[in-house]
Amino acid sequence: MISLYLQDCTYFTRKEILRLFYRYRDLAPQLVPLDYTNHPDVKLPYELIGSMPELKDNPFRQRIAEVFSEDGEGNMTLDDFLDMFSVLSEMAPRDLKAYYAFKIYDFNNDDFICKSDLEKTLNKLTRNELTEDEVRMVCEKVIDEADLDNDGRLSLEDFQHMIVRAPEFLR
Amino acid sequence: MNVNDIIDSAWVILLQFPLMRVLLPESEGHQGLSAALRALLGDLTFLNFLSLYRPLSAFVSIFMSTCLSVRSPVDEEGVHDSFNQLIAEQSQNGGPSEAFELQQLQRDLDEEGRDGIAYLSSPGGRQGQRDMEWEDDERQTDSLIAERWSSATLKVLSSMPSRTIGRSRGAIISQYYNRTMQLRRRRQSRPAIRDFSRSARPSIRDYGIGADTTDAEEAERNKRERLVNNLQNLSVSDRVRMLRGMPLSVAEKSGLRRLALQKESHALSSSKIPCCSRLKYYIIIAVRQSWYSWLSFLHSLQLWQVALKRVSGRFGTGVLSYFLFLKTLLFFNLFLFLVTGAFLVLPQAVHPPALSAARPAFTGLEFLTGAGYFSDTVMYYGYYSNYTLRKSCRDDVSNGTSLDCVSKRHSYNMPLAYFVTIGVAFFVTCIILVYSMSKSFGQSFRIDKSHSILAVKVFCSWDFKVIKKTSVRLMSENICIQLKELLAEVNHKNVMNTACQKLSRLMVHGLAWAICIGGNAACVYAIYHFSEHMHQNLQLTSRSTIKDPLLYEASLLALPVVVSLINLLLPGLFNLAAWMEDYESPSVRTYVAIGRNLMLKVSILGVLCYHWLGRVAADPKVIRLQCWESFVGQELYRFLLMDFIFTLLDTLFGELLWRLFSERVLKRRRMPEFDIARNVLELIYGQTLAWLGVLFTPLLPAVQILKLLLLFYIKKSSVMMNCQAPRRPYRVSQMTTIFITLLCFPSFLGASVCVTYTMWSITPSTSCGPFRELKTMFQAGKRWVEELEKDNPNLSPLAWAHSYLVEHPFFLFVGAGIFLREKIRSFL
Repeated sequence: MISLYLQDCTYFTRKEILRLFYRYRDLAPQLVPLDYTNHPDVKLPYELIGSMPELKDNPFRQRIAEVFSEDGEGNMTLDDFLDMFSVLSEMAPRDLKAYYAFKIYDFNNDDFICKSDLEKTLNKLTRNELTEDEVRMVCEKVIDEADLDNDGRLSLEDFQHMIVRAPEFLR
Repeated sequence: MNVNDIIDSAWVILLQFPLMRVLLPESEGHQGLSAALRALLGDLTFLNFLSLYRPLSAFVSIFMSTCLSVRSPVDEEGVHDSFNQLIAEQSQNGGPSEAFELQQLQRDLDEEGRDGIAYLSSPGGRQGQRDMEWEDDERQTDSLIAERWSSATLKVLSSMPSRTIGRSRGAIISQYYNRTMQLRRRRQSRPAIRDFSRSARPSIRDYGIGADTTDAEEAERNKRERLVNNLQNLSVSDRVRMLRGMPLSVAEKSGLRRLALQKESHALSSSKIPCCSRLKYYIIIAVRQSWYSWLSFLHSLQLWQVALKRVSGRFGTGVLSYFLFLKTLLFFNLFLFLVTGAFLVLPQAVHPPALSAARPAFTGLEFLTGAGYFSDTVMYYGYYSNYTLRKSCRDDVSNGTSLDCVSKRHSYNMPLAYFVTIGVAFFVTCIILVYSMSKSFGQSFRIDKSHSILAVKVFCSWDFKVIKKTSVRLMSENICIQLKELLAEVNHKNVMNTACQKLSRLMVHGLAWAICIGGNAACVYAIYHFSEHMHQNLQLTSRSTIKDPLLYEASLLALPVVVSLINLLLPGLFNLAAWMEDYESPSVRTYVAIGRNLMLKVSILGVLCYHWLGRVAADPKVIRLQCWESFVGQELYRFLLMDFIFTLLDTLFGELLWRLFSERVLKRRRMPEFDIARNVLELIYGQTLAWLGVLFTPLLPAVQILKLLLLFYIKKSSVMMNCQAPRRPYRVSQMTTIFITLLCFPSFLGASVCVTYTMWSITPSTSCGPFRELKTMFQAGKRWVEELEKDNPNLSPLAWAHSYLVEHPFFLFVGAGIFLREKIRSFL
């Protein structure tokens, strides 16, 4: 019964959901019960989620965990966990990924990607290898290129407009 | 939805979706199709006739829900009603073994050392509490509802930005309410009257204008209810697709889903279905259920899943695309093998024909040359009988003279089967290729505006599939370098080249192209003359007695070796020319490289086809060939095998030895790069040979399958050991589209043109094969139709139709083209 609603709300088949459940449980076997019929309120702390091989070396792992978690701090329930992998999988459509990508790059959660968000993104992408000047220039150019409503920051529609034109948006 | 619609959709889905699911399991949107399949069931109000046939229905529903994982409201009470039971069932099936593989992967990655625990930044709320401009939203989207747009337009419109698409939950619900409304209007002419409340006029209600309340929460609740109402009225597939695509948390989506299903289970309509169509529905459902369960079983086999994850974790999606392409080709060949195996090889193997000559002894050389012991086996065209195979019953064997009583029942018309099988296999392959090509095009075709390159680079260049630490570091470095380059390019605007510089660049380009085309032409000329020389050699040796049959057979390998050598060495020349030209843009360099390699392969295959069809087939008596088709089949087998051997050699020398050389002798840390484009072109070349050879060697797909399996493991080990990821940015979806297009157009089209030409105009051998006494192979079909007409004069319209439609292929192609176009359009 549980898996039925999960199959309809995520892009996974029953087997994949089960496999992901095992992986969730493996992170903290003493915390996660095997029986989920009563919807136990179990949240795994961010440190455990961030130690998974898929996320361990990803510079954006913390933002990803924060975006998908209910409390916004990276502590995930099973639903959040499945949601995260569902959106990150190959089967999720581009619009959905673009929506969540926008939220991930929006570090201060103000629903806009402003200059400081962009700077943080760039630094994470390049592991702080670009100089300050270069970072500043890139940010200016990006906002120049993508900002359609000319308010100095990228809104969701600017972002989506740009993504629609880029077939290489993989995730 | 009437029965015709159902059958039509069933045909479409059965034909296109299952094969797509098998062949391209990675493709986006296949889940939508699988849901469409289930939707077709839901729409037939499965519940209704089940409720009338209670005992049978109980059995059927339990059976189906246990074995075939039906997802309809009925089996909410089905067998798996607790996660516990699910886990228990899975653990019996060895579920944790997959977890073990993933643990292994984790251990591999852990060897690099753990990263430090990241800091926690200040928490933010998950959804903002923005204020919504409801009227604005509705006014804007009402104009969308007002007209009926085509699905393509709606798709484009729905992905376009709208001013008020916010991030709050209310906004998302509102947006999705409108989308479900559009979907409902698209599916039906208008929502049913009973869905409206009594007090409102239908036309106003349609536009979803909100109640007069100004309270935001109340409005949100209203919207939510209406969204649930819409969801409930959609078909199951649409509902699932909408739910999945909503950017809400899973908890909220499940709440919406529960509400929608609750309402649906209350509102079961009690309309009766006419009696005779119930049986039809039942049959269709049963067939589709079993087909769907077979597909999910196949999908769960997950061929090479861990290996692919390792490769993508280290090298990214570029190198992964090569291995996925290999997997796709494997499934194409599997399909071909199943079709030819079931309809050609098996019947002939069960009814072996009388052997005319003694079979030569088995020496080991057969595996290389394909001739000798193998030449008179089910592997080649010459073995197949040209009569109708019948199951004979022998009464009296002990006497020595046995009377064969021929039973009329189990008869199998071999020539017709051969002709039809090859034709149908090619036709279905064509449909699948065109479909996957159109889908790939739809995903990757974008207007390439040059003014947002930097933004695209920042947001879209991170490859989330890469999980190994060193690879991540490498990717960061690459992105950094690319950003710096882009910045430099954008800042220092292009210095105007003087006329002299432009002229010199043009000359360099011209020289490089001249070298490439010249090299190409020289090789083609060499192959032409070498093949003619071999042909004459064969004439001479066939006249005199063969002194050493082994040497004779080995000499047949000379042409394949020469061709494979040219295939191996000439791309090196092209690389040299490209290095000399020094293109600035890496994508242009890749396209030029692909173009040159393609030119080489197409010209080689053209010369070879001329040699086989124009020289050998035209006059087989000159080289004393009893059976030219078997000879051509053997040649193709040899070519395929030599291609494989030379690819092995190339992997060995090009990658392993080069890495050792550069490490020990040159003392460089850089490992060779994996050249994706060249390797994919090699795969396409091999597949073209396989398609050319199916007509002459029905077992060639099996050889190709073995070759691809071995190639996968060899390439994977070589890549993991010896190579590094490409440094230059690789545009995966564009490249994948190009490769699928190349597979369809020059490769498959060329092969099918050759096969069609062979079937239509070349005289088959008179002493072997299923088309022995016929003028052309195509006559097999004609003769069968004539026989049918003779036996049963009522079928003369069929003969007339056959003679007009099939013999004039123009109508066939036009009809197929129109049909394909409509289907592709509906799927795009």
